[in-house]
Amino acid sequence: MQPMLEIHDLHANADGREILRGVDLVVHVGEVHAIMGPNGSGKSTLAQVLAGHPGYTVTQGFVRYEGQDLLDMDPEERAQAGLFLAFQYPVAIRGVTNAYFLRAALNAIRKTRGEPELDPIDFLQVLEEKLQAIGWDDSVVNRPVNDGFSGGEKKRNEILQMAVLEPKLAVLDETDSGLDIDALKTVAEAVNRLRSPSKATVVVTHYQRLLNYIIPDFVHVLVDGRIARSGGKALALELEEKGYDWVKPEPAVA
Amino acid sequence: MTHAVDARDRYVAEFRRFAENGAGAGPGWLKELRQAGIERFAAVGFPTTRQEEWRFTDIAPLTQTPFTLPTAPDTEASPEMVERVLDGPTGARLVFVDGGFRPELSVATGLPSGVKLGSLGDAVRRDGDLLAAHLGRYASVERNPFTALSAAFLREGAFVHVTRGVSVEQPIHLLFLASGAAQGRMIHPRNLIVLEREAQATVVETYAAEDAGPHLTNAVTEFAVEDGARGRHVRIQREGDGAFHMATSQSHQGKDTSFSSCSLAFGAGLSRHDVTAVLAGTGGLLLLNGLSVLAGRQHVDYHTTIDHARPHCESHELFNGILAERARGVFNGRIIVRPGAQQTDSKQTNNNVLLSEAARADSQPQLEIYADDVKCTHGATIGPLDPNALFYLETRGVGAEAARQLMTYGFAADIVSRIDVPEVRERLDRLVRAT
Ligand SMILES: Nc1ncnc2c1ncn2[C@@H]1O[C@H](COP(=O)(O)OP(=O)(O)O)[C@@H](O)[C@H]1O
Ligand SMILES: [Mg+2]
Repeated sequence: MQPMLEIHDLHANADGREILRGVDLVVHVGEVHAIMGPNGSGKSTLAQVLAGHPGYTVTQGFVRYEGQDLLDMDPEERAQAGLFLAFQYPVAIRGVTNAYFLRAALNAIRKTRGEPELDPIDFLQVLEEKLQAIGWDDSVVNRPVNDGFSGGEKKRNEILQMAVLEPKLAVLDETDSGLDIDALKTVAEAVNRLRSPSKATVVVTHYQRLLNYIIPDFVHVLVDGRIARSGGKALALELEEKGYDWVKPEPAVA
Repeated sequence: MTHAVDARDRYVAEFRRFAENGAGAGPGWLKELRQAGIERFAAVGFPTTRQEEWRFTDIAPLTQTPFTLPTAPDTEASPEMVERVLDGPTGARLVFVDGGFRPELSVATGLPSGVKLGSLGDAVRRDGDLLAAHLGRYASVERNPFTALSAAFLREGAFVHVTRGVSVEQPIHLLFLASGAAQGRMIHPRNLIVLEREAQATVVETYAAEDAGPHLTNAVTEFAVEDGARGRHVRIQREGDGAFHMATSQSHQGKDTSFSSCSLAFGAGLSRHDVTAVLAGTGGLLLLNGLSVLAGRQHVDYHTTIDHARPHCESHELFNGILAERARGVFNGRIIVRPGAQQTDSKQTNNNVLLSEAARADSQPQLEIYADDVKCTHGATIGPLDPNALFYLETRGVGAEAARQLMTYGFAADIVSRIDVPEVRERLDRLVRAT
């Protein structure tokens, strides 16, 4: 079966400095992968490169998404093709309400799928359903996107966007960080509810605790811009126990 | 220099014609006000960029154009033009075309008793005492050379007076249109709004031109908010690119009042707006917001002054500028905290987004604080649209151009969404979407 995502020997720079130094990763449909690793190891860089952030330059390697050359696509084309990144640091959009923004985004995506645009009333109904499905109220709907949101609200908002946009491949970058245990459980439940055999998820996390709630099929450890070790969910527990230093001296495994 | 002297002489000569042409026949207080206006103007003349207050705004193109007062009343403006500019039904409204009051386009019904709404010209005859008590008391002839000219050429405008304790629910619209006949003319609309104690009202001023050539609008609005009253003022400037628009808005708040002011500049080639808000009683709340959306070679200069004259008052000021192409925005935000005005809480923010390399914004705070127990903060930003925010939108499937439009709209909506009168807010939301 053709992988949904295939990352091969990916190298990327920012400001002339090499941050990703040969990342390999293969994700098939229906799978959940966790990427763990110490701070500064390049997890967010990998996520941002997948989303197409213009601040990073890919110098080597390739990324295929559903057989297409992902790196050749504009960020919006990637989103329209079903890729979604939940940002570690979601960005505020002054003056644009969540509802207005989400409708613009959903309609842009629907257009490329050949589906008709939703008017504000139809859209509100969709939004209402999604909020219900993930068990949240509509308090964030009419506030400007992430503007003045608490850390937890921002993370929740990323999940709401994911629910509305229904991506095929979701990359969640530390969506658990800064959340208390209740908020963490809600986010995990929301992610689990969106799990489907036709989709895939990559969960980037610094801590093991999220993986108690989102059970991964594979765990990878990113160290110094390379996948230093891969394994099953037991690897996460081992990391929790021994810390990351234990991984570092080991050579990269294929 | 000689230009400036020539211009001054021209305006003084125009005033003499105006005084001989019937304007000399008004009541004594009005003659005195006009005389004080022209004397003040003759003494100070037009400002130049050598004056600190006018450093960024060169009005030479204005002073070099020989504008004259309108002569014959204009009959051009159609009800359709009024509807088009207002974009939707309104209740009470006064319509002025090229400076002249047009009763047949105006609606003054449906208001509660205790509200006077009419032209200033009529009010001079009917409510002379009220006018004499207020006109020129807030925006004095000394305020700036244009308030002096406004007093000198004072003839027409809107008069709104709400009696003690009366609440006006529906917004009152004041519409100032420039027709094709406005070309080469100078128009000096003068508005007075008085809310007596515990009264409430919302006044929306709109200045618009359709196909009008170069003309000068010099508009002065005085808004008195007496003790316990609650006023809202929205001012929309959407004149044509050829227009010079000089404006002074001055509010004066008594004790335990609340006043919100929102000024929006979309039009005119060269505009200058002095907004002054005086908190003259304890416990006053002031929201002073503004937005400019400019392109081409348009220039807007907002000079705001918040005068905390008494203790325990709060002011929040937010001005956003959206500048495209070669447009230029100037913001000067002066905040005065007078001696003894303790427990003042004042926050000023000015954000400017430059949509092109050639657009430019200048922002200066000017804090004059003479009390020690106060909280005053200010901040300004000038720069392009945040590239991280654009990227964020793109990762949600929104194309690059649509993302820029969405963010630009958000910058305007940030101001418009703060207008707490739904009817007015929705009207303006449509306007910024169309701009
Ligand atoms: N845009 C950038 N410019 C310069 N350095 C960057 C940039 N983004 C990330 N880095 C650096 O790359 C390294 C990896 O960062 P990041 O991918 O955020 O790590 P992680 O998410 O694993 O904590 C860090 O040392 C960080 O400072
Ligand atoms: Mg990170």
